[in-house]
Amino acid sequence: MGYDGPPLSIMEVCGTHTAAIFKTGVRSLLSPKIRLISGPGCPVCVTPAAYIDRCAALAKTGRHAVMSFGDMLKAPGARGSLSDARAEGGRVEMMYAPFEALERAKREPDTIFALAAVGFETTIPAYALVLEEALARGIENIRLVTALKSVLPALAWVSERGGADGFLCPGHVSVITGAGVYARLAELYDRPFVIAGFEGEHILAAIFEIVRAVSEKRAVVRNLYPSAVREEGNAKARALIAKYFEPCAAFWRGLGAISDSGFRLRREYARFDGGGSDVPDEDVLPEGCRCGDVITGRIDPNECPAFGAACRPEHPVGPCMVSAEGVCGIWHSHM
Amino acid sequence: MKITAAHGSGGLDSALLVRDIFGKHFSDPVLARLEDAAVLDLPAALAGAGATAGLPVGSSAGPDLGSSAGLPAGLRPRASAGSAPERSSGPRPEASAGAGLGPAPGSPGAPPARLAFSTDGFVVTPLVFRGGDIGKLSVCGTVNDLLMMGAIPLYLSCGFILEEGLDIALLDAIAASMAEAARGAGVRIVAGDTKVAGVGGGLYINTAGVGVVPAGRAIAADACAPGDAILLSGGLGNHHACILSARMGIENGIESDCACLRDVAEALHASGARVKAMRDVTRGGLGAVLNEIADSSGCSVTLREEDIPVDAAVRAFCGLMGLDPLYMGNEGKMIAVVDGADAEKALSAARGTQNGKNAALIGGVAAGRGVFMRTRLGGTRRVDNLRGEGLPRIC
Repeated sequence: MGYDGPPLSIMEVCGTHTAAIFKTGVRSLLSPKIRLISGPGCPVCVTPAAYIDRCAALAKTGRHAVMSFGDMLKAPGARGSLSDARAEGGRVEMMYAPFEALERAKREPDTIFALAAVGFETTIPAYALVLEEALARGIENIRLVTALKSVLPALAWVSERGGADGFLCPGHVSVITGAGVYARLAELYDRPFVIAGFEGEHILAAIFEIVRAVSEKRAVVRNLYPSAVREEGNAKARALIAKYFEPCAAFWRGLGAISDSGFRLRREYARFDGGGSDVPDEDVLPEGCRCGDVITGRIDPNECPAFGAACRPEHPVGPCMVSAEGVCGIWHSHM
Repeated sequence: MKITAAHGSGGLDSALLVRDIFGKHFSDPVLARLEDAAVLDLPAALAGAGATAGLPVGSSAGPDLGSSAGLPAGLRPRASAGSAPERSSGPRPEASAGAGLGPAPGSPGAPPARLAFSTDGFVVTPLVFRGGDIGKLSVCGTVNDLLMMGAIPLYLSCGFILEEGLDIALLDAIAASMAEAARGAGVRIVAGDTKVAGVGGGLYINTAGVGVVPAGRAIAADACAPGDAILLSGGLGNHHACILSARMGIENGIESDCACLRDVAEALHASGARVKAMRDVTRGGLGAVLNEIADSSGCSVTLREEDIPVDAAVRAFCGLMGLDPLYMGNEGKMIAVVDGADAEKALSAARGTQNGKNAALIGGVAAGRGVFMRTRLGGTRRVDNLRGEGLPRIC
């Protein structure tokens, strides 16, 4: 690209975008004046260590089986990862989809299946459906250990702190929230928000839109993913979320507590609650870990002193190094 | 530190485990090459015999890395009769082997005939899947490892570890499938072992194989050089996608590519193309295999994304699951690194075979280090070794 204006930074908020940007080689095509930074949009990366410790402890009770997406297995808690817990005899099973828990729970009525329910708006409806199905089939030995979050409050958090000149908005999350929700952010923080799909061409087109909007000082919202994202989003999915979950303050690893940025189970479903939304909200990043600066774009991964040294995919200090959508792991394997 | 699933992924964790534990204790120059199979010099007396009449079974020419060969024969139950080689009706190994084992072709300094020796363990759930089963896998896997060193595969052993509760009819079917695969591959199953351990109805198979590398043939990853071309025998990811689909209860038409690559390997040799190295693209996928090649040859590899074949159904599955075909396991795919001037010759030879009909030239070797890919978009990305387990993502 021939952009030669003042340097500008664009934050891609979704980990899937980060992965796609590296997979398609987008960065190698951009003017050096355009800096791409990765936001807090990888659910594993913003999950606090205390939550992982909670899941690991459950795995070792002998009564629980913790079911987790593979992505979470190597994310470090303060006392090791779920993968470590499994190696130490804890019962941790990798799930590909939350629904697997239903069959397992039915087959093993004496075991409590604790789902490590981590995710954003894209994944929360699936957990809601698990509950709906569990209720319909009278399956009681399922628990959700929740670390469920909403992306938008984190975008506001980043914007308030200057974050980036423009945002490449998450394609999947926007399917649920709709494109309309970004209008308020654009107005409030006076910068463009552009929604894109995940092909290299989509991402390039979005970057072009953002660069043009920033150059012309227009705080626009553009939906370049109209095949999947509608203005009003998916009301059905949001209703499903609202039926089982209610907003709460959530703790974001590296960012801290953000009010109304999380979801916890509603009181009437408390018997399915395996905890999680109540983990202590103190920022206990290991010494030297600068995950917070990385996932808010204040520094690039390789500016963190631990990157590639103390923190490597084989022995991560922070989850960003091991999640498939974690920016440090992606940098480490692509740079 | 404890063993985790990542240690079995075929990626970096596996490589570190092998280096730090087995490499340390079993230090041996042949083992240290970390090739698909060990290629061993034959004692002079055997070399003459091997070149004309095949090799005596149970030869102790290779290093014994802890097989049951040292046990008194009476303590080793024979393998199930279903795999008895006497009834084999396929091509006799000696016949096909003999063809390639004549006197060394001319060039002075060309290596003499050598023994290739390999072993592999097979663990897969489900035991039977679309396009194959653990039995077929265990034969094709070891045969392919021998083929990748340029060998003509001859004999296999198989060790079964059965869990209590395994259905005997299923074992029978799997043994039959092994026998059929062995016939198809032109090898004989000539030694076996059976153990019962644990409960759960599972089944694990170890196979070991020997073959002969004909005189004059030298295949090794460190022979690759700038200017060489890389040929891939067909689309990536089918086995991985098939197994994952079965485990997740997803109905689709994706079949495992489980196959013996003898036709492709022999066609490449017969074509006269100068084949530098071959690798079957199994665990860890193309990414892991090419990083091994780049490391051991001290060169860089650059791929062209648009030339890498991936079936449409597999591509769609990968998109859905957040998987990258570059890191997905295959059981019937190989790469060959050939002299750049012979690339087209090798391609047309491979395309003339059943298991190489979708072969493609996907990139080349150059000076430098590492593996890179020119993306469809025209950008460049690095292709790293697989790290961790190659897992589907959350969102």
